[in-house]
This record gives sequence, C-alpha cells and structure tokens, in this order.
Amino acid sequence: MNDLLTKLSECIEFGKINLASPYPPQMKGQDGADEITRLALETGVNPQDILSKGLMPGMERVGIKFRENKVFVPQVLMSAKAMSTAMLHLKPHFLSGAAKQKGTFIIGTVLGDLHDIGKNLVGMMVEGNGYKVIDLGTDVSSEKFIAAVKENPDAVIGLSALLTTTMVNMEKITKDIKDAVPGTLVTIGGAPVNNDFCHKIGADNYSADPQGVVEYLNVKFA
Amino acid sequence: MSKLIQEIQKGRVLVSDGAWGTFLQKKGLLPGECPEQWNIIRPNDVFDIAQSYIEAGSDMIETNSFGGNYFKLKGYGLQAQVFELNKAAAEISRKAAGSERFVLGSVGPTGKLLMMEEVTELELYDAFKEQSMALEAGGADAIVIETMTDLEEARIAVKAASENTGCEVICTMTFDKILSGEYRTMMGISPAEMTETLVEAGAAIIGANCGNGIADMIGIVKEIRKVNAEVPILIHANAGMPQYCDGETTFPETPSDMAGRVKEIIDAGANIIGGCCGTTPDHIFKVHQVVKSF
Repeated sequence: MNDLLTKLSECIEFGKINLASPYPPQMKGQDGADEITRLALETGVNPQDILSKGLMPGMERVGIKFRENKVFVPQVLMSAKAMSTAMLHLKPHFLSGAAKQKGTFIIGTVLGDLHDIGKNLVGMMVEGNGYKVIDLGTDVSSEKFIAAVKENPDAVIGLSALLTTTMVNMEKITKDIKDAVPGTLVTIGGAPVNNDFCHKIGADNYSADPQGVVEYLNVKFA
Repeated sequence: MSKLIQEIQKGRVLVSDGAWGTFLQKKGLLPGECPEQWNIIRPNDVFDIAQSYIEAGSDMIETNSFGGNYFKLKGYGLQAQVFELNKAAAEISRKAAGSERFVLGSVGPTGKLLMMEEVTELELYDAFKEQSMALEAGGADAIVIETMTDLEEARIAVKAASENTGCEVICTMTFDKILSGEYRTMMGISPAEMTETLVEAGAAIIGANCGNGIADMIGIVKEIRKVNAEVPILIHANAGMPQYCDGETTFPETPSDMAGRVKEIIDAGANIIGGCCGTTPDHIFKVHQVVKSF
C-alpha cells in the first residue's frame, strides 16, 4: 500500500499523467497518477493518505527543484497536470469530508494584467500541496477579491502581476481588501515584485517561487 | 534599402531603440488599456516615441505592436483588428524612420502554452503569420520576435514570419541568470539551444531582450558566440530590475551605466545594441555616442 503512495508521489514529481502519456521518457509504459490514484482508492487506501502521503510529497519535491533551478516551468506544468488528474478522483472525498484540505487560497492576476502563467503555476502547486484553490482569473478587481474572501472567511489571498505597469495596482487592491475584511492575509508574487515592494504596499508576504507560497500557507494554516 | 545583415557584414555595429511600454505609460497609457490600440486612437503619441529614438541616433526603430497578435488582442476584444493595428504600427514607425533607417516590426509571445494544449501549432503559426504580414504591409523591413521563453513558440514564429514575408527575421529570447550562474529562459532554454534551433528555423539575427540589465547580456552574448561565431546578435537590455517608490516604478541603470558597458558587449560579439524596459532616448543617445566612436 505504501508502495502505491510512493509510486504516486513519483508520478507527481516527474509529471507522469497516465499510462498513455509518453512523458517523462524514463516512465514510458508505466501507470501514471490517473491509474495509481484509482487503484489506491479501489484497494481501500484512505483518501486523506493519498493526498498527504502521495500527492503532497511529490508536489513538494518538484517545488523545491523548481526553486533550485533544477527544473523549469514545463516540468512543473507536467507535474501539475498529473496532480490535477489525481485530484479528479479525490474530489468526491473532499465533498463528503473523507479527506480534508488544509485551507483555502484565493488567487488572481491583478487589475489591468492579463498574464496567467505564473498565477496558474502557483495555484496548481498550492492545490497539489493540499489546499482548496479559488482561481479568480486575470484582470481581477478589488471588488472580486473582496467578494471571494467574504464567501470564504479565513482564506489567504494571492496577488500576481507580471508587468511593471500593473504591479502598482497591487497597492490599492491590498489596501481595499484589508479595509473591507480586516485581518485578511495577502501574499504577492510576480517577476517585477520583491520583498521591499511587499513591505511598501502593506502586503503580508512575498514569495519568489511557488514553493514559497506553499511554505507561507503551511505556517499560517498550521 | 539595404538589409540589416548587409550593414553588419560591412563591420558596422548598429544601434536599436529603447523601451516602448514604459514610454507609453509615461504618455498616459493606463493599466488595462491596449497599447496597440493607440496606433489608431493616439497615433501622434506613438509617432513621438518613434521619432524621439530616431533623433537620439537609433539606426532602427521598432513598432508599437508587441502584443498585437490575435490572442493578446482578443483579451481586449480587438481580435478583429489584428491587421489594421499592426499595419498602422508599422506605418507610424516608417514615417519616423524615413527611408534611411530600419523599421523592425515587433512581435511578442501569445501567452498561450503549447504544452498545456491551450493552443495548437497551427493556431500559433497562423497568428504569427497574420501579424507579420500586416507589419510588412505597413512598411516593416524586419520582423523582431522578442521576449520569447518557449523555444517551440519562437521557432513557429520565426517560420511563420520568414515563410510569409520578405522581411529579415530577428528573434530574441529572455533569459535569467539561474543559481548555477548559467542563463536559462523561464522554460529552461539556454542561449546555445536557442541559437541552434532559431538559426535552423530561418532567423537571420538572434539575441536576447528584457532581463536584468546589460551586465547579464554580456554573458549571454558570450554563450551564443561559443556555439556560433557568425550569426549576428541583437541585444535589447532592460535598464536593470524595476524598483518601486511612492507609487512609481523606476529603473536603476542610467544612460551612462548602460553606455559604460557597450564596448564590453561589442567585444563579446554583439552587432546591434538597444534597450528594453526602462531605457529612454537618453540611454540610446549615450549608446549611440559610444558606438559612433568605434
């Protein structure tokens, strides 16, 4: 049984989606995250264990390798694809309460910015690490963030921006969110932003990579 | 008019232009506004930018069409105007360049990922074909495909531009220095990998743009030269990493900082030098003065 979870974590780490997927080459012809998750559930493995002992360790390893520049965006995207395939099998168990997510993370690219690659990467990594993720998409206004956090009290909000022209919108959005729902935590990321900027605009955290967001959430939801 | 590559073969180092995006912003472009729409609604402001770089001594001028592909314009509901907006962009820069300077039609990434099946190869090819043809129709001499991070998307863009226009095709990618000290794009592509693939796809000139400032660009040029001694190299460097102060973003590298590195980057093997985010006509003027002195 542990063997299945180890295999599942490797499928996530190396981005093996299913049996048919040719990627990664060294795992060609083997079962992927899809088959292994199904088999694990059929053989009675606890859905919570599938999440926390299969998916999460795999996602964590790829997150660390990404931070260390040992893998790049394509590998992380393949891992995320493998993870979301497995999640489809787990979804009913989250709904029934048989498996619990650690908390809720609301993410969006800020007003005026239509870029979504970085935002999607963070969303997928956070989900793969055991959180419920609400993705508000791109070009997201203060009002939308506020409505989402009112619907999901205690959620942490993640703001993304790629452009130097749109990072400035993070300041107003952060302020609006904190005025509307005091105590809401806001974490920011994106190519042009840094820790100094985070402090200047009154956000709570800056992460340079998706794993950093996961680590921040793990502390806040501990 | 002669081709860029003929000028380079004469042994000339050429000067390109500086930033457009940050310049448009200074002229009042609002976050969320489509920059390419200005080619129709505020053509005089776009012309001013082009002209200010020409006056600064640039041998070539880009066009205000970086996000002018079908997919980006669709984000603003302007996908029906791809041809019109790109043609206008090239016409404006042509007017500023006159017949003596080159016009480089700017083509940026689509923002869609092939590997996530957000788009097909054919859809990408068609989008780059449409945009390149419109830029040529407006008077572009060359197409500059820039800020690419995915080699496959870059290759498709180069093919689409070279197979459907008579323009010289330039392609530059955006690299970061990774922890090991090597350079990679966000998608993990090295300068050496880029060089091999893009030259084979039909790019006449390759290089790098954006990034963290001109110092890193010197390392990137050296990496390209290690694997290819011949291909002309174009560099459009940022004025460093943006810094934020009192609601405004500024860039740390001054015109003199940039000009101070020009000799080094020419020695490394660069043939065309210009700026990207945060550079201004003053940067280009200083670069021009250094280049002229050679």
